Amino acid sequence: MQLSYYPGCTLKTDGKNFETSALAVLDRLGVSVSELEDWYCCGVCFSQTQDNLMQQVAPVRTLVKAKEKGNPQLLALCTMCFNTLKRSIEFIKNDSEKMDTIHQFMDLENTQFFGDEIDVVDILTLIRQIGLEKLKEAIVKTDAGLKIASYYGCMLLRPKEIAIDSPDDPVILEEILESAGCENVYFPFRTECCGSYQIVNKPNIVKDRAKKIVNSAVKNGADLIVMLCPLCYFNFDEIQLDIKKEDASFQTIPVLYITQLLALLMGLDPHIQDFNLHAIDPRPVLKRKGLL
Amino acid sequence: MKRVGVFVCHCGINIASTIDISKVVEDLKNYPGITFIQDYKYMCSEPGQALLKEKIKAEKIDAIVIAACSPTLHENTFRMAVKSVDMNPYNCEIANIREQCSWVHNNISEATEKAKRIIKSVVEKALLDEDLEPVRVPVTRKALVLGGGIAGIQSALSIANSGYEVILVERQSSIGGRMAQLSETFPTLDCSQCILTPKMVDAGQHKNIRLMTYSELDDISGFVGNFKVKIRQKAKYVDWEKCTGCGLCIEKCPKKVPSEFDQGLGKRKAIYTPFPQAVPNKPVIDCENCTYFKTGKCRLCEKVCPFDAINFDETDSFIEEEVGAIIVATGYDVYPVLNMSEYGGGKIPDVIDGLTFERILSASGPTGGEVRRPSDGKIPKEIVFIKCVGSRDPEHHYPYCSKICCMYTTKHAMLYKHRVHDGQPYIFYMDVRAGGKGYEEFYQRAQEEDKVVFLRGKVSKVYQDDDKVVVCGIDTLSGSNVEIRADMVVLAMAIRPSKGIEELAQLLKISIDQNGFLTEAHPKLRPVESLSAGIYLAGCAQAPKDIPDTVSQATATAAMISNLFSQEYLLHEPIITGVDEELCSGCGLCVAVCPYDARKTNREKGVVEVNEILCEACGACAAACPSGAAQQRNFTDTQLSNMVKAILAE
Amino acid sequence: MTKNKTVSAHQISHENVDKLKDISGVNVYACYQCGNCSSACPAVEFMDIPPHQIIRKVQLGFIDELLESETPWICAACITCTVKCPRGVDIAKVMEALRQLVLRSDFEHGNLCEIEDKLRKKLPQIALIGNFRKTIL
Repeated sequence: MQLSYYPGCTLKTDGKNFETSALAVLDRLGVSVSELEDWYCCGVCFSQTQDNLMQQVAPVRTLVKAKEKGNPQLLALCTMCFNTLKRSIEFIKNDSEKMDTIHQFMDLENTQFFGDEIDVVDILTLIRQIGLEKLKEAIVKTDAGLKIASYYGCMLLRPKEIAIDSPDDPVILEEILESAGCENVYFPFRTECCGSYQIVNKPNIVKDRAKKIVNSAVKNGADLIVMLCPLCYFNFDEIQLDIKKEDASFQTIPVLYITQLLALLMGLDPHIQDFNLHAIDPRPVLKRKGLL
Repeated sequence: MKRVGVFVCHCGINIASTIDISKVVEDLKNYPGITFIQDYKYMCSEPGQALLKEKIKAEKIDAIVIAACSPTLHENTFRMAVKSVDMNPYNCEIANIREQCSWVHNNISEATEKAKRIIKSVVEKALLDEDLEPVRVPVTRKALVLGGGIAGIQSALSIANSGYEVILVERQSSIGGRMAQLSETFPTLDCSQCILTPKMVDAGQHKNIRLMTYSELDDISGFVGNFKVKIRQKAKYVDWEKCTGCGLCIEKCPKKVPSEFDQGLGKRKAIYTPFPQAVPNKPVIDCENCTYFKTGKCRLCEKVCPFDAINFDETDSFIEEEVGAIIVATGYDVYPVLNMSEYGGGKIPDVIDGLTFERILSASGPTGGEVRRPSDGKIPKEIVFIKCVGSRDPEHHYPYCSKICCMYTTKHAMLYKHRVHDGQPYIFYMDVRAGGKGYEEFYQRAQEEDKVVFLRGKVSKVYQDDDKVVVCGIDTLSGSNVEIRADMVVLAMAIRPSKGIEELAQLLKISIDQNGFLTEAHPKLRPVESLSAGIYLAGCAQAPKDIPDTVSQATATAAMISNLFSQEYLLHEPIITGVDEELCSGCGLCVAVCPYDARKTNREKGVVEVNEILCEACGACAAACPSGAAQQRNFTDTQLSNMVKAILAE
Repeated sequence: MTKNKTVSAHQISHENVDKLKDISGVNVYACYQCGNCSSACPAVEFMDIPPHQIIRKVQLGFIDELLESETPWICAACITCTVKCPRGVDIAKVMEALRQLVLRSDFEHGNLCEIEDKLRKKLPQIALIGNFRKTIL
């Protein structure tokens, strides 16, 4: 299985541990990905306006790159990139007028792009595609008995046109974790927003969200929160220490990318984990569960 | 040549403002074939009809063309009028210059020209119209009612009381339907079973009603007045002739399964009657769950039965009957709470639907009428009711209003308060639709006397937190989000037609709407008839409705059927497509295209024959016939081609 | 403190609504004010006007009032409101259109330099660039 890979900005810096663990897990599952050369910013915030095509130029360029590369599937690990690329396709698909306008802004690219040549895929769908049986076979630590609060966030589920599963009642993440031998705890806040980019200048919103969501995970007995988005990750990790400062009764919980957890369960070299990127150290609980 | 008279109606300004009527009259005066032409302000009025009759006599007219509105409105009016002066009504034709001309155009000269052409073409038709007599059809004076809920019971009793025989078919082993499950009914709070069971008993004992429970319609053929139906009697494994309903078998049966009647809250046995007042009060064996059917061992019921009524070898049997009319009263199902994942439906045990709450409130229900929640039997001190769940939500569920929820939810909150005096009910609502006699007063009582807290807005999420069910909603009137840590949540789920309605509709050749409900012939003027003659609709199978509306509609179907049965014979339109045996080669092309099975090839004579009663004059055969042997009466090839020529003529 | 005001019928305008519709492509008249958007909004407690009232005011054409509101800038574009709406109103797009209406006349709205230095160094790029939704056209 061969597919192209689009990392996006954050996976090369703060989200490095997501990238390294994901690529290692995919490698173990027999999937090789090749990174796009010269990739651009995805645009991050998909413009939700009808009348502004400028903001579609960045994602469309990326998609053109992917088309030139030749693989029909493009893996976007970062959920924000996934959301932006996927929505851009929805926006321009079957609309030659919009496409013509956008092409006029692209000097370097000569490839015609129509919208449905590239299938942007997220890591969960990809794992399901590879097969849960295959995943099960790759797991070596089958008796860890981890209790997981599986957190989806927004970008994989909304809007529904690009949702990878039911926006109200998704199961894909739980299915994967269950196949990997983990127990999913009841987690009613699993699809709620973390506050997103409001961390930049309205951090109180994020703090409020994080507190509510983390409390629910802790209360329902989770050992870890598992997630897929570098922004959710940032918003849930270090901020817990701030909350703890204000409220001594607050219990922190480590946050892990799903691929980090899968890599550990597969017995892959823990050095790829970059635990120093974590504000809440997951090592104690991982040791207790025999994963380190 | 026939003498044709033309009357051009102004229809007030409906026609006259777009069509220059005096020009029409002037220009057509000398059209060959028109003997007489006159205009009048309202042809359908009594003076208009009087004018028509007077001119027919005075001008010795043989055929009439009325240029006016659509024939669906007044064709019958004018045909009756000409009949009263001894003209054959099939010599009266309508030229539609309103819906097909004045209403859809605004250029007067062009509309006037078009109106002239329409009239000319209909005159050409009238010139060749023949006198026709309606076909007479016999009637079987026996009705079939499908569904034994309150709608079916009411219509069956009503027809039976008019002296006609009824076969009442019910899928379950007892009649009673949804109403038998209800606790008390709004707005008077009378016990549902108390008012229903006398009717059930009546239906069970009526000399004109043949109850066929645990049965379903299997096949049907025929047409109004003359249906042939085949009913499947499902295997009951109990000989009801011998069974006295003593209940010993039920008592001894070792197998318990969740009771459908109690919405899964209570248990029933594998041999069971759905509820104590069942009619007929005789058990059936549920072979899916019976230990003997599953393992080959047990037969305890057989051993204890004093009347030797158990018969494990029983199979489905079929009964064939002839009936003249059919009522479809198959009722509704509740949209399952499983579809509401955001409300924890199916996952949180204390989130239930309204019908389940009816069983909890019912004195004969699993809690004996005490309000106790399913998870741990605790009495809920705070209870949240959510309305419009699955209804009015075109984006995710059903677009329509389920109609009954506003009132039953109000009733639920009220009854809860009557039983748990220190408890607090909350209702999340979007609108309160209390349009019914005594309904608004009932709603006000809940607000004022029972201190039900009404919150105007939707609930976005329900989740379990310890032993509480947390409800996150909004009160849009105050603009505040509301979070309630409740003990129990009741969802007023949408109601939808009961399972199997599509297959039944297909079998009966009646149509269903985009939401699956049966379609009535006209939303205002023919609300209890289907579009197929002789098939009538009652209750929630047609649209969501409450008990008073259901009973009214059911009674109305009975009136329609009494009306039908009171006729000596039925009249069928004589405009059918016959066969000219001289021309017919018996090729059978017309037989293949006929959607009504009205045509058959007579192999001995080598020609096709027509059952005039079945023919609906669609014309498919006439179009298919290569030799012109199939000619539709008063729509012959010659007439149609003359009409087209008249329209196209320079 | 805000005072109750009486609105006269002629102030109810469709003109502004059309402008908003051109930007957002959303037909706000489908809204029947169930409030599910506000009920589900993760940031509603920080808003001065809850989302369902934003839609109501758009329906009536009170756009000027909305251009002053904090709500569109609190919105994190998580699209929960849109997914929840029973009538298919894309509330998130209306919020974006309101932000755009402001940004298109006020280039300087929201300034990246206002971010604390300490925080800026820590923030992942995804947060900074994501926040452009509130600062660029």
